[in-house]
Amino acid sequence: MIKGTRDYLTFLWRCARIAFVGDWRYYAWMAGLTVFCLLGLHAYCIQFVHGLIVTGMSDEVSWGVYIANFTFLVGVAAAAVMMVIPVYIYDNEELHDLVIFGELLAVAAIIMCLAFVTVDLGRPDRFWHLIPGLGQLNFPRSMLSWDVIVLNGYLLLNVHICGYLLYCRYQDRKPSKWFYIPFVFVAIFWAVSIHTVTAFLYVGLGGRPFWNSSIVGPRFLASAFSAGPAIIILALQVIRRVTHYHITDKALLTLRSIVQVSMIINVFLLINEVFKEFYSGNLHVASSRYLFLGLDGHHALVPWIWTAVAFNLISMFLLILPLSRSLKWLDVACALCIVGIWIEKGMGLVIPGFIPTPLGALIEYTPSLNETLVCLGIWAFGLLCYTIFLRMSVPILQGVLSKANENLPESDAGAPAAPAPSPR
Amino acid sequence: MASTEKSSPAVSDETERLLNRRNFLRSSAAFAGLSALAASLSPLRELHDYSSVEEFMQKYYKEMTPDDMARAIKRIENEVQRQYGIRPHVRDLRPMDGVEFVYCLNLTRCIGCRKCVHACVAENNQSRNPEIQYIRVLKLPHGSMDVDKADHLYNPEAVPEKGFFYMPVQCQQCHNPPCVKVCPVHATWQEKDGITVIDYDWCIGCRYCEAACPYWARRFNFTKPDIPKERLNLNMAYLGNRPRKQGVMEKCHFCVQRTRVGRYPACLEVCPVGARKFGNILDPDSEVSYILREKRIFIQLKEEMGTNPRFFYYFEK
Repeated sequence: MIKGTRDYLTFLWRCARIAFVGDWRYYAWMAGLTVFCLLGLHAYCIQFVHGLIVTGMSDEVSWGVYIANFTFLVGVAAAAVMMVIPVYIYDNEELHDLVIFGELLAVAAIIMCLAFVTVDLGRPDRFWHLIPGLGQLNFPRSMLSWDVIVLNGYLLLNVHICGYLLYCRYQDRKPSKWFYIPFVFVAIFWAVSIHTVTAFLYVGLGGRPFWNSSIVGPRFLASAFSAGPAIIILALQVIRRVTHYHITDKALLTLRSIVQVSMIINVFLLINEVFKEFYSGNLHVASSRYLFLGLDGHHALVPWIWTAVAFNLISMFLLILPLSRSLKWLDVACALCIVGIWIEKGMGLVIPGFIPTPLGALIEYTPSLNETLVCLGIWAFGLLCYTIFLRMSVPILQGVLSKANENLPESDAGAPAAPAPSPR
Repeated sequence: MASTEKSSPAVSDETERLLNRRNFLRSSAAFAGLSALAASLSPLRELHDYSSVEEFMQKYYKEMTPDDMARAIKRIENEVQRQYGIRPHVRDLRPMDGVEFVYCLNLTRCIGCRKCVHACVAENNQSRNPEIQYIRVLKLPHGSMDVDKADHLYNPEAVPEKGFFYMPVQCQQCHNPPCVKVCPVHATWQEKDGITVIDYDWCIGCRYCEAACPYWARRFNFTKPDIPKERLNLNMAYLGNRPRKQGVMEKCHFCVQRTRVGRYPACLEVCPVGARKFGNILDPDSEVSYILREKRIFIQLKEEMGTNPRFFYYFEK
């Protein structure tokens, strides 16, 4: 028992150490991210002292970019399941060694989600009121309490799965199936649930016709399953370039077909929604009208949403065409898909829900500089986390960082003279 | 660096020099990092009485013992005294038995003067800068109840204006309140006299209730409320008009500090045309019972929401 604990602590210690070792590009990248993290932290401290008045939010538009980014990132986290399903259910060989990068992305995304909801709270000091047993979690009535449970649960599941598999690899022993396979299958359902619950957060509000529509849930999933794997495709290419970790083109093309199908469904659902809103022309169309066409001279979101629609369509066509079998075009398609969905599902979903207000007032919303810095800070922090996770896991998966070389001089962990031709 | 072989003293010196340089770089990096961290945290120096330990540890309203409540009230009175230099009288007023409050508003009479809006701000210790108002008066063209046609910012020489009617909207005290359903921490609930209240010391400020309310009745303290000393209303209730903190929700509570001791709400008292009627629906002889029995046309705003408000609008000829 004591030995086990000591071994595990050594493992953690070596992982922590390696996060501080790399070549100059690594240091530059990490330093850049740290600068943004600190700028964000500074902006958040200002908000903490003076209140949410330093944001662009108001009683009319009471949620803004924080919740918009949160919504998008829940989708990114959920999308890890699109690698898990092929590997664990269909035994896909290509993705087998890559699925962990998807799960680690989910962990980073959930960390960002939790940060985004925390900065949105008026009284972050009272977060303990949400802890069951200690506080007063309104479960099961409030959808937000469901969200608290599913997000934290999903975080724990993924941390367990990734942590366990990496530790086994580190020790060079075969993972015991009972210790992770059940969790993997729970995580598959859980991934769908985190995004469905987040959709229900909006769908459940009868007073907001823009959100109170049953298509929001399916649209959330379709857009998540296109933007999430698109991010994974780009991340894998970065990993391949900077670490020489073996990633086949075939694996990327498998992911491409996932993004392709999801994107087609996503655009189809969008068409459904637009048709229903505009053709019937009833009074509840004001929010959609504001979003797509502008209302009474207010049209802050119009250029954004048309950009998103254009990006989504271009991305869809690129993905359908054989052209995107070439990785360059696939990258373009993925980038367009990510940006398009980020706009559409972030600002494009959250803000119009508030405009006009239930009493018909038209007040627009623009994020303030301080608010934007907080967002950039959280994104930088998320990327920092993901980079660190990769920095730890790639050498472990390559066998460079393992129990076998524990007793070698410590600097070897960082710049291995080992057979692996790692540029670091 | 890593694969240096320790064979000759010259190489070893070289290694040592490199190691020294590395240590120096490391400690300067750590120092720079810590200074940058301190600089980022510097705005926190302006953080004055954000939350006391007692406030932080305070229990949920429904779980407080009478002793807990006495302590909480004392803390609030002390805080107000420290901040405003006057000692208020804070009470924890519970709902009365056999009472369910209902509000009726005569749209034929209302002239849109907004006196109710300002009386409410004064009575309920709302922040003056930025000003928080619980009542929003809508100016609507005759013949429509569509709020999308409403003018919120009307400002003519004199009211009423021809061709329009005025509809003040405040918390409708629903039988089936969406705000209560969505609150993740039970910080807002409906009491047995029908009033939906908020525990300002329990709200976490997520603003989900504000998104859920179909009547736009909830208001958030985006910053520390600012009330001039001389304007403070010292007759306070725990679930009512005691001063709020930054980052919590508030809204109309039918003036619990008045109505639970048998007085009328401030908005009713100030109304110059008698458009506002308030009372106990469980009492068949009350004015509101009479109105709901006898008036031919009355309206629950957005009835189709299924919220079943305790706030009724009616017309008379």
